[in-house]
Order: sequence, then C-alpha cells, then structure tokens
Amino acid sequence: MTALAKNLADIGYMDTLAAGNSPLHRLDPRAKLFTTFLFIVAVVSFGKYEISALVPFFLYPVFLIGFGELPAGYLARKILVVAPFAFLVGVFNPLLDRQILFQLGPLGVSGGWVSFFSILTRFALTVSAALALLSLTGMNSICEALARAGFPRAFVVQLLFLNRYLFVLTGEAERLSRARALRSSGRTAMGFKVFAQIVGRLLLRTLDRAERVYRAMLCRGFDGNIPIVEFSRIGSRDILFVSAWSVLFALFRFFNVSLILGEAATGLLK
Amino acid sequence: MADALISPAVGGAMWAVSGGLIAYSARKVREEADDRKIPLMGVLGAFIFAAQMINFSIPGTGSSGHLGGGMILSILLGPYAAFLVLASVLTVQALFFADGGLLALGCNIVNLGFFTCFVAYPLIYKKICGRAPGKKRLLLAATAAGIMGLQFGAFGVVLETVSSGISELPFRTFILLMLPIHLAIGVVEGFVTAGVVSFVRAARPEILAAAADREPLGVSVKSTALGIAAAALFAGVALSWFASANPDGLEWAMLRTSGREELQGAGKLHGLLASVQKKTAFLPDYGFKKPATVVKAGDADTETGDPGKSSWPAVEAGTSAAGLAGGLLTLLLAALIGFGLRRRKIRA
Repeated sequence: MTALAKNLADIGYMDTLAAGNSPLHRLDPRAKLFTTFLFIVAVVSFGKYEISALVPFFLYPVFLIGFGELPAGYLARKILVVAPFAFLVGVFNPLLDRQILFQLGPLGVSGGWVSFFSILTRFALTVSAALALLSLTGMNSICEALARAGFPRAFVVQLLFLNRYLFVLTGEAERLSRARALRSSGRTAMGFKVFAQIVGRLLLRTLDRAERVYRAMLCRGFDGNIPIVEFSRIGSRDILFVSAWSVLFALFRFFNVSLILGEAATGLLK
Repeated sequence: MADALISPAVGGAMWAVSGGLIAYSARKVREEADDRKIPLMGVLGAFIFAAQMINFSIPGTGSSGHLGGGMILSILLGPYAAFLVLASVLTVQALFFADGGLLALGCNIVNLGFFTCFVAYPLIYKKICGRAPGKKRLLLAATAAGIMGLQFGAFGVVLETVSSGISELPFRTFILLMLPIHLAIGVVEGFVTAGVVSFVRAARPEILAAAADREPLGVSVKSTALGIAAAALFAGVALSWFASANPDGLEWAMLRTSGREELQGAGKLHGLLASVQKKTAFLPDYGFKKPATVVKAGDADTETGDPGKSSWPAVEAGTSAAGLAGGLLTLLLAALIGFGLRRRKIRA
C-alpha cells in the first residue's frame, strides 16, 4: 500500500469510528465541541513551568477514549506521528533556559527541561482531545454543530463539501501516483516536472467533477441554498456532560490536584 | 503552529481575526451569487487536500516537497473564495491529522490563508502577472508571490510563538531560522504553482481565461494595507488587554517584597501569595517578557543573590517531589479509570 492509500484508509477509519454508538457518540455535537474547547483553553492557560497540575487533565481524553470505546493504540500512534513539530520547537528550551529550578536527588533540573516536558504534555493533551472529539462525533455532526452555533453558512457548506469529496479526490490522486509508480521502473522519487503534470491532471479531473456535481445538484432542485439537517437536541445528558466537565476543569485549573494527592501520599509514607 | 506553543490570549486573538476574515469572505462570496461556485469551491478544497498528499523530490537535497495551494486557489477562484477553501482545508487537517490543533487553527488560517490570498495574490501575483502572461512572467509572478506569502506566514509564526512565550526561542534566532527555510519553500511553491498553471493552460486554456474574467479585481493596495493595519491593531489591543489584566511588573514587585520580608520566616506568606496568584491568574504570567532579558535577569539574580526573581517560579525540593509523585499517581489513576470504563463495557 502506498503512503497515499494509507492516509486515505486512515481518514476513512476516523469516519468509521465516528459511526459508533456509545453514549458519548450519542451526545449532542455542540456539547462535545464546547467541552473540548473549554478543555483546550484550560490546558494552554497554565504557566510554562507547569507539569504536575496538567496531569489531571488527562482524565478527559482518557474518559472519551475509554467510555467512547475508541482504539487507544491507534490514536496514540496518530499523536506520535505529529509529535516531531512540538518536539522540535520545544527542544531548544533546555539549551536556552539553564536556570536550575529544583533538585531531583543529585540531578539539577533546569527550567528549560521543565518547560520542554510541559510543552510535550500540553501537546499530548490537546491533540488527544481533538482526535477523540472527531472520532466520537464525525465531520458531518461537527458541521451541524458549527452551523447551529452561528458560523458563516458558506464556510460550513464548504466544510461539508470538502469532507464529502476528499475521499473521491484522494482516491484519484492515489490512482494517478500509482500509475506513475508502475510506469517508472523502480525509480521511486517523483521529479518536479512529472509532479506538476500529475497535479495539473488532477486539477482538470477536479474541475470536470465539479461541473458534474453542479449539474447533479441542479437536477435535484438546488436553488443556491443547501439545507443543513438538524438531527440532535440538547437533552439532560448533554447538560450534565458539559457542566460536570466544566466543574472538573475549573477544579483542575485552580487546584493542583496532583500536588495535593502527592502530598497526601508522601505524608502517609512518613 | 501548534496548540502546545501558544497562549490562550494569542490563540483567541487569532481566532477572532480569522473568524472575522471568514465571515467577511463568506459575505463577499454570497454577494457574487454564483451558484456554480459552491460545488466548485468544495471540490477544489478536496483537490488541494489530495494534492498535498503527493510528494515530489527536490533535486540535490534529498528532501521532498508538496503543494501549499493557496496561490492556485486564488488564481482559480479569486481571493475571497480561495480564503474560505483554504480555511476549510486547514480545519479538516487540524481535525483529521491533528495538524496544529484547534486553538492554533486561527493562527494557521491567518499565517497560510490571509497572507497568500489577501496579500501575496492581489499585491504581487496580480501586479506582475497581468491578464495574459507569458511563461516566464507567470513563473516570476508565482515565485515572487510564493516567496512573499511564505515569508509573511513564517513571520506570523515567529510573532505568535514569541508573544505566547511558551517556547524559549528568542525572536532573533527563531526568525533567522524560519525565514531562510521558508524562502526555499516559497521558491518551490512558486515553481509548483507556475508548473500546474502552465499545464492547465496548455491543456484547457478556457478554464483560466474564464477564471480571469469572472473574478472581480476588487482588492486594492490601499484597502488591503488598511486591512492589515486594522488586523494588527486589533491583535495588539487584544494582546495588551490580556497582558494588562495580569500586570507582570506588579506581580514581580509583589513577590519580591514578600520574598524579602518573609524569607527568614519560613516563607509562609510567600507560599500563600504564590498559591493565591496561581489560583487567580487565569492567563500565564510570563507571556510578554522579552526572552533575551529573561536569561540575563536570571544571571543577574544569581549573582546578586536577589531572592525575589530567582525564587519564582522555582519551587522547593519538597514540593516538587510531591508534585512528581502526585503527577505520576494521577496519571496512573486516569489510566485505571480508562481501563475500568473499557472493562465494564466489554463485560456489558
């Protein structure tokens, strides 16, 4: 399987996950979107030397993944794939910030190392929550939530179209690059000239398809407006979900739960 | 840009800016009232998404590149529709591939969409290219626009990262790192754009001619410059508002006095103040220091033995050990809860 086909299967798999039927899948998409947004804001609002107070926040993605029956290993691999960027920008911190913050036995830990691990922790938290949100909700429901939250309609329609045709056109791209690979007798790298031609060819197919889509839409009574079906209603479960997590996030944000727990534990040992 | 590197103030401000731009572009597209454009935009978004997955090798470097696509979209759709399409592609990538993240999405839309569609395309590409460019002129226009768009974008990344203050990279170093890299990427983007445009023009000349006719040349230098200035002003005001909500100097002075007065007295007040400060400060308290002075201030502190600055945010060994133990414990707890949920599910 080529890298492109793998990517395609990957996106398809996220869609399959979103078709699940756990209690979390059934929540109103607006509730999930809002709670995840609160979560991200709470996580990134910490100071840069904070690690321990961030740890309790792992409860949220873990809850989503566990209760929503999502494949934890698969999501973890996805997080690792995008990790290098956060790693690259954060890795300079230990070199630039060498002031010793605290002693860990004989080891002096500098502020840079602390902030580096803080960046990685934030990264893991925000990315895992966003991935869990998509796997529990799916693109169509997220678009529905956005439209009902008052996002510009043209943008929401654009997102829906993109999500619909992404699979079709990525499939086209996959076939084009496979056809090239089969004819280039072992040379793996694609040269620039061929690339421009392939992308140009893909663009032509895209434009043709857009024309066909437009005609098909006209046949089905398209009048310039695309109705967005509103499936879900806010129920008591949604209100419970949002309010319970908001209280927990506030608790985690303003009290260092790890520290309290750790002090209790080390106190017991003494 | 990634969530892990930005503060909520910067992320929120950029969300506001990109949200405003999306609303404005959506209105402009609606005003054009071209039904045909709705499916065209959607399918072209999918095209950009798909084309970005095809890599080509850059000769002599061993690395590979791919299409950014903002310029091609602008050429085919005009700046407003192109901006909407690019914003939607970035949104989907943030969701599917966790590229960047949700809070950083506003930053990414501005860095990659705004500068390409509203600056590089109308002010550089259009000006150089004219209506019916030759092959060389097209290449020149696309390359110049690609370079400018990416330089602005890279500058945006540096500005956002530095004003967030999570990364220690100083402004100068970061910018010296980012701009040359994106110069190269911009050249590649320009070549790709020119290559694809000339291919399409050779195969189906009517498409580009139609695009050039349809698209109103409504973007003037003056209004764009005004727009940039307004956006910059807005971002600046928003940022300074957040900054003054948590004044750095006051906080520092407060801690310094408390440190001096109470240092012999077991630092109880210091601890109390710090915890109060921790509980009340919603936004991080470091964001707006100049990175270069932070290092120097640290050195000076250790030399003079000034307890104020160097004792904050440093924590005592006892607390940090407890924090470490507690952190691990909490993590274990969270994992157990996760497994518990799953086990229950499987049995049920």
